[in-house]
Amino acid sequence: MTPDQIIFILTAALIISSALMVVTTRNLIHAALWLVAALFGVAILYAVLNAGFFVVVQVVVYIGAIAILFIFAVMLTRREMRDRGPQLRKNWWLAALLGMLAFSGLAFLLINQADINRSAAVIPAGLDTLGALGAALVSPDLYLLPFEVASILLLAALIGAVYLAATRK
Amino acid sequence: MTFWTDPINFIAVWLRGLLTGWGLGVDLANILLALLGIIILIVFAMVLDIILVWIERKVVARFQNRLGPNRIGPFGIFQPFADIVKLVIKEDITPDGADKVVYNIAPVLAATAVIVLWAILPLASTIYGVDLNVALLYLVAAGALGTLSIVMAGWASNNKYALLGAFRMVATMISFEIPMVVVLLIPTIITGTMSVKGITEFQGGGGVWIFILSPLAAVIFIISAIAELGRAPFDLNEAESEIVAGFHIEYTGMKFGWFYASELLHSFTFGGFIAILFFGGYNFFGLEKYPLLGVLIFLAKALFFYWVIMWVKYSMPRIRIDHMLAFCWKFLTPLSFVLLIVTALLNKLLATSNFYLLGMFLANAGIAWATIEILRAYARRQRNPENATQPPPPYREVPEGGDPTPALNLSKGSNPLLGAEIPLPPKCGGSQ
Repeated sequence: MTPDQIIFILTAALIISSALMVVTTRNLIHAALWLVAALFGVAILYAVLNAGFFVVVQVVVYIGAIAILFIFAVMLTRREMRDRGPQLRKNWWLAALLGMLAFSGLAFLLINQADINRSAAVIPAGLDTLGALGAALVSPDLYLLPFEVASILLLAALIGAVYLAATRK
Repeated sequence: MTFWTDPINFIAVWLRGLLTGWGLGVDLANILLALLGIIILIVFAMVLDIILVWIERKVVARFQNRLGPNRIGPFGIFQPFADIVKLVIKEDITPDGADKVVYNIAPVLAATAVIVLWAILPLASTIYGVDLNVALLYLVAAGALGTLSIVMAGWASNNKYALLGAFRMVATMISFEIPMVVVLLIPTIITGTMSVKGITEFQGGGGVWIFILSPLAAVIFIISAIAELGRAPFDLNEAESEIVAGFHIEYTGMKFGWFYASELLHSFTFGGFIAILFFGGYNFFGLEKYPLLGVLIFLAKALFFYWVIMWVKYSMPRIRIDHMLAFCWKFLTPLSFVLLIVTALLNKLLATSNFYLLGMFLANAGIAWATIEILRAYARRQRNPENATQPPPPYREVPEGGDPTPALNLSKGSNPLLGAEIPLPPKCGGSQ
């Protein structure tokens, strides 16, 4: 095994076990903290893939904003941090079946990919990946349209949030 | 490269030669050297931290017209070592009902969030941890880890004051992160890179300090850095007079020590970032050619801005939380956005012009002047009783016809708690 594979296996184990803890633990704050661990594992995967920008954005956006807001909302709204209800719904077997089907379908597709065994291309030293990403986001024949659509969606969400939160005169 | 101008790389090259000479692979030797470098950097930061405790206590003493520690060693310089011994041998208390694992991880995470920042600090042109091309975002990400540690400490302590401190910290961080991120974009626009080393190199070798190109950005960065550090006047998370010690109220011994040490090191590190982003980092009139001198110049600049942060801390009263949030959202955020737009436009328009420096500086001066005029006009309008806007509504709406809450009646019999005749203790010593 190459060092990359060892790091990947350890990281994947971290992500999967933390994700399992998110849904099985009864303490809501612990669930949020395990979610932070799972998101951090995803950041490590980006680092293995040489995607430095995604590593920091993953930490800033998911851990710094979303997970902190989860914790904040739970602490502000719940007196009891412990969830006492049943952890499984009546039709859990349907969800499990659908999950297994989706997983096996994705695994089947992945295994049948021609270049499944290809290792990641080596990025030449001195290549400005961040600059290339920035240029791709604003060039009309690449990702300008999706970028602007996403921006407008977020702006609409922002305005909606301000409208809902504003006190009526 | 000789030992006296660049000792770190001299030793590194020598060690690499020694290790590969012993038959180790080049990769393995590089990994070992990187590990050694990490350990040396962390040890350097922590030893510096010990000295910072002494500096902080001495400086605050001078601000308050005292002498400060002066018993152990010359000028009391060995006082922090005595403090460490005291912290280490103190009883380690975990409060009843605390969430033990989270409670114990929080101080470690607080220290980690600071030490990871040292990875991107360029101490000199050849002495730095790593030259990240997303270093400024990395700075923000490390701040997110710091917030997480405070939330964890506040929640796991099982103490309402600690929880209040954590809430206040999150409110501060989420708000002041916005002007800070916007202002971090200004050095990025001017230099065309997010790498901290690239920004430093832009300001060296005939370049000007970014402070001269954009003084307002430097001021906004210092203010939002102080808020992010949670130091006075933004120290609502541990406001002693309101919530005792805030998020670290329950911590004792060395666990408290880690919060204290990481706060001081965090301040110093942000002093270093102020020096790097706006005041040239290790550059000083060509002396940066010698990396050892570069390190000294960088540390001197970082200490100066650490002193500025202390100067603000010990001269200003604490700001109330609604004032602080209004200051951020209604003043700093719009100002930083205007500054960003103007800087981005001028940077393109004046890129080839001879008046680049003058134009940038005058634009900043103009924005500052306009801000002061707007504030003055607002203050004048508020002071004029005819135009004054309605004061904010009281926290409890008073209905027409007076306050329905009955006046507090303290006479006997009116209050079930006060009315009961409290038996006086039997007179003692009467037969003296």
